[in-house]
Amino acid sequence: MAQPNASPGLWTLAWRRLKRDRVGMVSLAVVVAYLCVVFLALGGWIAKDWTREVGVNYAPPVFFPDDQDETAIPLGKSVALPDQVDLYGLQDPLARQLEAIRARHPDDARSTPERRQLTLPLGGDKWGHDVLTKVIKGSETSILVGLIAAILATVLGTVMGAVSGYFGRWVDDFFNWLYGVFTSIPYLLLIFAIAAVLQQKGVSTIILILGLTGWTGVFRLVRAEYLKHKSREYVLAAGAMGASHARRMFIHILPNTSHVILVQLSQNVVGFIKSEVILSFLGFGVPVDVVSWGSMLNEAQNELILGKWWQLAAAGTAMAILVTAFSLLTDALRDALDPKLKY
Amino acid sequence: MNLGAFLIRRLWQMIPTLLGVVLLVFFLFNWVGGDPAYILAGKMANPDDIANIRHQLGIDRPLWEQLLIFVQQIVTGDFGNSWATQEPVSAIFRTRLGPSLILLIPMMLLETAVAVAVALAVSAWRGSTLDRSLMAVSTVMMSISLLVYIIVGQYVFAYLLGWFPVKGWSDEFWRNLTTYAVLPVLLGLMVSIAPSVRLYRTFVLDEIGQDYVRTARAKGLSETRVLLVHVLRNAAIPIVTNVLMGLPALLTGAFLLERFFAIPGIGREIILAVERSDFPIIKAATVYVAMATMLANLLGDLLYHWLDPRVHLE
Repeated sequence: MAQPNASPGLWTLAWRRLKRDRVGMVSLAVVVAYLCVVFLALGGWIAKDWTREVGVNYAPPVFFPDDQDETAIPLGKSVALPDQVDLYGLQDPLARQLEAIRARHPDDARSTPERRQLTLPLGGDKWGHDVLTKVIKGSETSILVGLIAAILATVLGTVMGAVSGYFGRWVDDFFNWLYGVFTSIPYLLLIFAIAAVLQQKGVSTIILILGLTGWTGVFRLVRAEYLKHKSREYVLAAGAMGASHARRMFIHILPNTSHVILVQLSQNVVGFIKSEVILSFLGFGVPVDVVSWGSMLNEAQNELILGKWWQLAAAGTAMAILVTAFSLLTDALRDALDPKLKY
Repeated sequence: MNLGAFLIRRLWQMIPTLLGVVLLVFFLFNWVGGDPAYILAGKMANPDDIANIRHQLGIDRPLWEQLLIFVQQIVTGDFGNSWATQEPVSAIFRTRLGPSLILLIPMMLLETAVAVAVALAVSAWRGSTLDRSLMAVSTVMMSISLLVYIIVGQYVFAYLLGWFPVKGWSDEFWRNLTTYAVLPVLLGLMVSIAPSVRLYRTFVLDEIGQDYVRTARAKGLSETRVLLVHVLRNAAIPIVTNVLMGLPALLTGAFLLERFFAIPGIGREIILAVERSDFPIIKAATVYVAMATMLANLLGDLLYHWLDPRVHLE
C-alpha cells in the first residue's frame, strides 16, 4: 500500500471522521477502558477472589480510610460450647469423636483470626465482600455475555440475511417467514419462555438464549443490503469470472455491507447487556456462584431498605457509564461509516 | 385496493406466521424442554406417578397428536389449569388483563403526549443549547437500567417520602388508577420517554425541511401554527405507527413494574409462571401476545392509511 496517490479506503476515511468526533473518541476510550478491565479480570490479574470476605458485614464506603480503621476482628470466635456443657454438668456425647477429628485435621479445626476491614473503598455487602472487586467481576460477566451473544447473533443474522437476500425466491420466503415468527413474539417474553424451558442456568445458557433470539435486527438490514448489491456490476463481473456463490456472497459483497453489520453489532451489545441484567436480576440468568450487574442489583434491592446504598450505586453507575458510552459510540460509528445519513 | 380486500389479505398472510409461532412454542415446550412430568412429579417421583402424569398431560401420545391438541387449545382458548395453582388458564388471563391495562394505557397516552411535546419543542430550537443538552440528558436517561429507576424510585418516593403506596392493588378501578398505578406509570415513563423523544425529533426534523413548510412560512403563518398544524400532522403518521408497534415493548417494561409493585397483571403472572415452571401459562401467553402483536401491526397499517391517504394499501 505504498502507492503515493492511493485513495484512502472506507475504514481509513471512517477512522479519520471518527477521530474528529470528540464525543465519539471519549466514548471509545471509555469502552476500551472497560474492555481492558474485563480482560484483566478474565486473565485473573485483578478481582480474582471476589468471594473473599475482606470487610465487616456492610462495611461502609470510605475511599481514604484512617489508619485505625483496619482492625483485627477474629472471624468465627472459638466455639464456647465445651464450657457451657461443663456449666450444666453434662457430658458432651461427641467430645471424643471431636477430639479425634481435630487431631487428624489440625488446620481445619482451628479458625484463624482474620483481619477484616471496617471500611472498604466502595463498601462491602452482606457478607463483607468488597463491592469494588464485585463490580469488576460483575462487569466481566455482563460485558462478556453481551459481547459474545452479540457476536453470535450478528454472525447468525448476517449469514441468514446474506443467504436470504442473495438467493431470493423460496429461500427468501423461508427466512422472511422465520423473521416474522420471531418478531411477532415480544423479545423479553420469548427470552422468558426459553429460560423457563431450559432448566439449567449458566452463563453459556444466557449467551445462547440471547444469541439465538437476537438475530432479527441484523437479518433485516443485511438482507436489504444483499438485495441491493447482488445485481450490481461488480458482483455480476465476479460471477462472469467464475466466482462461486459463496465467494460472491462473502468475499465480494460482505465487505461492502460491513459498516451496517458493525453498527448493528455495537447496538446489540448494549441491548444484550440490558437483557442479561434483567434476566439475572429476576434469577433466570447467571447461577448464584457468578456475579453480574443483574445479580448485584438483586441483592442491592433488599439492602437499600436497610440504608446500604453502595452496592446499588456501584452496579448502577458502572452499567450506566458503559451503556452511555457504548450508545454514543454506536452513534459516532454510524456517523463515521455512513456520512450520507443525517441522523 | 379497498379496505375489505386488504383486511382479508392481511389476515390470510398472518396464518403462516401464526402457524410458525405455534410450531416454535410447541417445539420449545415439547421437545427442547424435556419431560415436564419430572417437574410436576417433584423430587421423590416413582415411575408409576411419572407414567400417570405423562398420560394426564397427553405426552405419551405421538408428537403430531400433541400438536393437534395444542392447536385445539389455542382455538378454544382452553389451556387447562395452571400447574401451580390449578386455576384455569383462561380465568387467569381474564382477571389479570384489567390491571395490566390500567397500567399500560395511561403509560402509552402520557408517553406519547409528553414525547411529542418535547420533540416539537427541541425541533423548534434545534441546534440550540436546549436541544443539545436535552439530547444528552436523554442518552444518559436511556442508559440507566429500568431496575435502578424502580428500586430507587420505590425507596425514595414510596418508602422514604411516603407520597405513594410502596406496593399493592385494590378492587376499585378509580383507586387503582389514582393511587396504586401512579408511581409505576411515572417510573415506566422515565425509561420509555427518552428513546421516543429522540425518534420523534427525527420525524419532526424530516418534515421541517420540506417545501410545504417553507410555503406555510412564506404565507406568513406563525411558527407555532406551522409546527402544531402543518408539521405535526405529517409527523404524526410515523409517530402513530411507532406507538402501536411499541406496544409489545411497553408490555415487557410492565413485566418488571408489575412485579415490583405487586400489581396482579399479566406480566407478573408470566414471571411467576417462569419461576414455577408453569408451562400452560407461558405457552398461552406467548401465543396470545404474538397474536395481539400481529393485530397491533395491522392496526398500525390501517391507521397509517387513514392518516395519510397518499399511502396505498397493498
